[in-house]
Amino acid sequence: MATKILLDKINIPGIKSYDVYRQNGGYASVEKAIKSMTPDEITEEVKASGLRGRGGAGFPVGLKWSFIDKKSGKPRHLVCNADESEPGTFKDRYLMEHIPHLLIEGMITSSYALGANLSYIYIRGEYMWVFKILERAIKEAYAAGWLGKNILGSDYSLDLHVHCGAGAYICGEETALIESLEGKRGNPRIKPPFPAVSGLWSNPTVVNNVESIANVPWIVNNSGEAYSKIGLGRSAGTKLISASGHIRKPGVYEIEMGITVHEFINSDEYCGGMMDDRPIKALIPGGSSVPILPEHLIYKTANGEDRLMTYESLSDGGFETGSMLGSGGFIVYNDTACIVRNTWNFARFYAHESCGQCSPCREGTGWLEKILHRIETGNGTMEDIDLLWNIQSNIEGNTICPLGDAAAWPVAAAIRHFREEFEYHVLYPEKIKNRDHYVNEPFSTVKHLINK
Amino acid sequence: MEVKKYKQNINITPELQQRIDELISHYPADKRKSALLPVLHEVQDAHDNWLSAELMDKVAEILNITPIEVYEVVTFYTMYNQKPVGKYMFEFCLTSCCGIRGADDMMEYACEKLGVQPGETTPDGMFSVVGVQCLGACGYAPMMQLGDFYKEHLTREKIDKIIEDCKAGNVILHDK
Repeated sequence: MATKILLDKINIPGIKSYDVYRQNGGYASVEKAIKSMTPDEITEEVKASGLRGRGGAGFPVGLKWSFIDKKSGKPRHLVCNADESEPGTFKDRYLMEHIPHLLIEGMITSSYALGANLSYIYIRGEYMWVFKILERAIKEAYAAGWLGKNILGSDYSLDLHVHCGAGAYICGEETALIESLEGKRGNPRIKPPFPAVSGLWSNPTVVNNVESIANVPWIVNNSGEAYSKIGLGRSAGTKLISASGHIRKPGVYEIEMGITVHEFINSDEYCGGMMDDRPIKALIPGGSSVPILPEHLIYKTANGEDRLMTYESLSDGGFETGSMLGSGGFIVYNDTACIVRNTWNFARFYAHESCGQCSPCREGTGWLEKILHRIETGNGTMEDIDLLWNIQSNIEGNTICPLGDAAAWPVAAAIRHFREEFEYHVLYPEKIKNRDHYVNEPFSTVKHLINK
Repeated sequence: MEVKKYKQNINITPELQQRIDELISHYPADKRKSALLPVLHEVQDAHDNWLSAELMDKVAEILNITPIEVYEVVTFYTMYNQKPVGKYMFEFCLTSCCGIRGADDMMEYACEKLGVQPGETTPDGMFSVVGVQCLGACGYAPMMQLGDFYKEHLTREKIDKIIEDCKAGNVILHDK
């Protein structure tokens, strides 16, 4: 069996409840931390673990913690980012729904390390039933004395609350999330100042993803060094992967980083192979924003090495021939999927979700959506394909927050690897009228028509 | 504003007020505005799932902020409805992962069955059907949101059953 850190207890009946969670060793990290460790010692363990942010960016968690301003004397906050909205990603929901106390335990231990006395879990509004699960779990933790004043008789006090959003992808960006937590529109802030200096209510704030925080109890209980030995090199630990698309067993899996993409897709322990035994056509390994990989770059890198489930291997080759691990939103496409339609679908998502602050993103995402829709519905021209390239390259890097990049990258990668499909849509509009056009006639069977 | 066309009876019951006070208590005393999003959810749930300008003004009064601070938030976030919607609002996720597993077919089926177009409400005010962006249920596609809950792995038969259950009053919308 592969190493499990987050989901090792997930099958214990009743693990959702406080009593069962506690009977199975829950909250041990809080005891250990408060009774025998200083906050800085915990930060050092997290640094030593090599844990990288699990929300998508992969920034080292311990390093992020070490930036928090402890000198100003202002109150500090830990905010958990449970806004999970990146298409393809549904792992945090799984953790919070099935083992909510793991996140709460992680929040307490991490808040202690940061010297935060008031912390929040910001969850997307659509996960309302999970919001209620967390709210009840927090009440249980208060009743058992893990939250509130003088935890375990120490000087340390912590209040923890769960806060809900209301439908806005942009609030997954940490400064937009903070704005939203302050009761405002989710418009990202210009950095610097970074939240570690001026975050929630202008106080020093750390924002971490659910999965990142849920790893902290294990690190505190077993040491950072032990954690760093799991996984492969700089991809330390395990990673939750939410797998969807044309596979036999969609769902959330905890993998030890370093297994091959081939094993993850085809082994019965994970995705169980391709649905209906149809051939694989493309893969988005880390959520909708990361570049899509064509068939020949999924199992092998451009150098012919095995593609591994690690930050490094998935990005091997840069954007030319690689992608990113991102949030672990792993979307598999078979030969019935239309890349043009799919790219349009994502462009529609980003156009809907742009907050509208920066012109390149506000206008650009709308243009991408309209042009892609035109091509997908058989009304595009060859010039449109170049226009798409031009627009995406003018969004990238020109916006306050990464939503602009997130909207540009999928378009760039689709054109880079699947340009012929776009051309086919322009040349044969009558063949793509039905939205399921590749179901009966996969692109591989009509590709030869382009060169006629 | 279009919302002026619709009348809404505003009723902040003692239970609702108590819940609002609880939510406000989660933030420092001088940061009541932070409670705005959660409070709007509660108030909307208690008022047929939409927020009139009058109701938004009431929320502003409760939180001691200006009405514009409420309007700008309500118009930014997609979960707040600014005009009446059906009692049972079927929100189909149409983003890629659901899209390639038949989400459009499911939404069309629901529309056909209820005699509405996406974005419309049945004349009796019972049902609305809308297409929405990724709800984070990609592995359980196709799916829709109904109230506080998700209905996943949808099939035509499941949609038939959900509609029947709604009509019979057997569907719980909110977890209070």
